[in-house]
Amino acid sequence: MSESPPQALRAEAIESLLIEKGLITSDTVDAVIQQYNDRVGPLNGARLVARAWVDPEFKDELLRDGAKAIEAFQFDGGQVEKLVVVENTGDVHNVVVCTLCSCYPWAVLGLPPRWYKDPAYRSRIVREPHRVLEEFGVTLGDDVEIRVWDSSAEIRYMVLPERPTGTDDLDEDALATLVTRDSMIGVERLGG
Amino acid sequence: MADPRNGRRADASASTTIGPGRSTRVGAEDELDGIHDLGGRLGFGPVEREQNEPAFHERWEARVFSFMAATFASGACRNVDQFRHAIERIDPRAYLTHGYYGRWLGGFENLLVESGVLERDEIDARTRERGAPTDALVASRPSKTPDRVANGPMAPGSDRMLERPARFARGDRVRTRAHGVPGHTRLPAYARGKLGTVTALHQGWVYPDSNAHGRGEDPQHLYTVAFSGRELWGEDSRLRLVVYVDLFEPYLNPEAP
Repeated sequence: MSESPPQALRAEAIESLLIEKGLITSDTVDAVIQQYNDRVGPLNGARLVARAWVDPEFKDELLRDGAKAIEAFQFDGGQVEKLVVVENTGDVHNVVVCTLCSCYPWAVLGLPPRWYKDPAYRSRIVREPHRVLEEFGVTLGDDVEIRVWDSSAEIRYMVLPERPTGTDDLDEDALATLVTRDSMIGVERLGG
Repeated sequence: MADPRNGRRADASASTTIGPGRSTRVGAEDELDGIHDLGGRLGFGPVEREQNEPAFHERWEARVFSFMAATFASGACRNVDQFRHAIERIDPRAYLTHGYYGRWLGGFENLLVESGVLERDEIDARTRERGAPTDALVASRPSKTPDRVANGPMAPGSDRMLERPARFARGDRVRTRAHGVPGHTRLPAYARGKLGTVTALHQGWVYPDSNAHGRGEDPQHLYTVAFSGRELWGEDSRLRLVVYVDLFEPYLNPEAP
């Protein structure tokens, strides 16, 4: 008897039927795994952030029209028609969600983490973001405005985190290595 | 007059009641207040995280992912709005407990069965052959009266040129539609009947409420609307909280300044 959950068995059943109907082959699963293991993940977003930190003109352009600003980078892994980049400052902290499903800026951040797609985050971040952020280790003063962006249409959002202190001597490539996926969702602040 | 969509059936797609005001009925058009509309619901507990997650936690998740191409290529699904709605219609208990790919599994099965590409009976039989318990919760609830979505997208992407001007401008105060609607919508329940401020205009986009059901793309102007935490959640809300939601023009009405 299989130890797989029932969903796994149902997926196998459907796969076998789709193979019989010629709609899929038995190689397709491995092809999918390969494709997603090769994805660069959030590195695209990290490059944008690092460039914005060192180049004020680029930063302005990024905040004004994210999709246009990233054209020059020629990222692959999914078209993004409209990307809006929102900036964290000492007074404003941004965080992104899709309460209705799990829309996420794939092209710049890769695949979303499981918690982003699950009920606890989706339900609570729009209502008590300060408590959810606390769980993530982010403590914000009462005077900081929290802006929650619910990706309810096809606009995709990414956070431009604050540059950590003590990084003045780092070049763009080194800066990019500091930028985490979670900081670009808005559930982490860099540099502690 | 008897409405066949409300009939009782003994199979897995029969009516079940999940709490007050949440009766689930068969029929693609009858879905209202879907479980997927999670914003602002309390009680889900801490956000559980793990470090260095793989893209797929189990092989079956990648297997489900691989059904995407077949579901579209076969014509069982024609657009992403239809796909999202297919997921919204799965069993709510499965929605909350089967995980992301469990939801996709239910959505794909809904579409494949509703379009006639696969039959529910053959899926059930083959799943039993593989050793699944007969009382396992099945996410899929295929409609007996599914929408017919005849065509795929008119153009790449979802942005569309609109000749008519936007009704609202930045800074306008708007009140959102007060009630839910049957079928697919992208106005979250927590933002119904609320007063917000337009902060951005995004031109025209395919209208999901129409497109999901095969009623055409019917592009609409899209806006970002800001709502204060107080407006959404009442006096107990964090003081400095603003929630931004991207909303289509039909969801919005002007509010006197």
